[in-house]
Amino acid sequence: MTDEQKLVHFQERIDAGEKIEPKDWMPEAYRKTLLRQISQHAHSEVIGMQPEGNWVLRAPSLRAKKILLAKIQDEGGHGLYLYSAAETFGIDRSEMIEQLQTGKAKYSSVFNYPTLNWADIGAIGWLVDGAAIVNQTMLAKCSFGPYARAMVRICKEEGFHQRQGYEIMAKMMAGTNEQKAMAQDAMNRWWWPSLMMFGPHDSSSAHTSESMKWKIKVESNDSLRQRFVNRTVEQAHHIGLTVPDLNLTYNKETRNWNFGDINWDEFWTVVNGNGPCNHQRIAHHIKYHREGEWVREAAVAFGKKQQKQNSLN
Amino acid sequence: MTEKSNQFPQWEVFIQAKNGGPYEHAGSVHATDKNMALQNARDIYTRRNEGRSLWVVQTDNIFSTTREEEAEFFDPAEDKIYRTPNFYKMPAGTTNL
Repeated sequence: MTDEQKLVHFQERIDAGEKIEPKDWMPEAYRKTLLRQISQHAHSEVIGMQPEGNWVLRAPSLRAKKILLAKIQDEGGHGLYLYSAAETFGIDRSEMIEQLQTGKAKYSSVFNYPTLNWADIGAIGWLVDGAAIVNQTMLAKCSFGPYARAMVRICKEEGFHQRQGYEIMAKMMAGTNEQKAMAQDAMNRWWWPSLMMFGPHDSSSAHTSESMKWKIKVESNDSLRQRFVNRTVEQAHHIGLTVPDLNLTYNKETRNWNFGDINWDEFWTVVNGNGPCNHQRIAHHIKYHREGEWVREAAVAFGKKQQKQNSLN
Repeated sequence: MTEKSNQFPQWEVFIQAKNGGPYEHAGSVHATDKNMALQNARDIYTRRNEGRSLWVVQTDNIFSTTREEEAEFFDPAEDKIYRTPNFYKMPAGTTNL
């Protein structure tokens, strides 16, 4: 078969709803896009542990601390499922880590915002993980088998993340005036970055049309964002939180909550490395990666010793 | 693996969810020996009691067919419909068969 025929055949498989496995023929651009997307997704999960890690030692109760630790461990696990999916392309994990640390690979820019008070942990679980669930439920239908399977696993676990976040917000909204103010403050700071998580508008998204054709994504940024807004606005009102958007109105005909303009200048500033915590996040990753070097060396030495002993037996 | 790789060897993880059930592939882990591979697999893939037993196999030891050879590779099975019960015509009124 010529490459052209292979491409036609590939598109037919995609259109028929088949999943593509790592060893199947695929266009170079499909491989490249997925590798970029999956590795960036993995980096996001791993970097996402940092804003939450900030509150482990300051969690208000043992219960809250245990939950937060379990959630952070999940995020690490999600990163590993995703690195594992990316590795099916034959890329080495060291290469991906290097791309993250040198800034060649990006991660979700929402993790470049700081976590200033305990309600931020609630807002991250409810809003950031809530947005991630909307996106990831769509990605579970992606045409690339290993990515879709990792997404199914991740979606099952994210449900707990979102509910624990909303529980924190609800508790604080039922508390003192000061606690209510903290919850509203966190809502004000995390609302817009959460909407930005879905990426640029469809009209200006560089990758959308090809990704849709190949079912790397099966729904557009704007339609996913709208679904998230519709779900979340009502949850906010339910516990007495105000959505920080003066243009928010309910459209009875479309049954959508219409929202105001997103500040795309802020989005691009953060994506391009100039958000409040970009530098800190990467510096932290590099520091602990280097400090763990001796543990890895010891593990390799131990592994070699085991092998030697096994061969003598 | 590339030469400058600092990664541990890769292992594929299979989980048995229930006693008597099949082992299903879950993903992979990196580890320097089999015990570490099992422990990492437990921490990564069974944090919510998803499994009661695990297998780990070094990735290099797994061989697979490809989509390209699928048709040719599996075609010996294609024209042997007589291997299935529905191929056989039973006299009308036969029961329990």
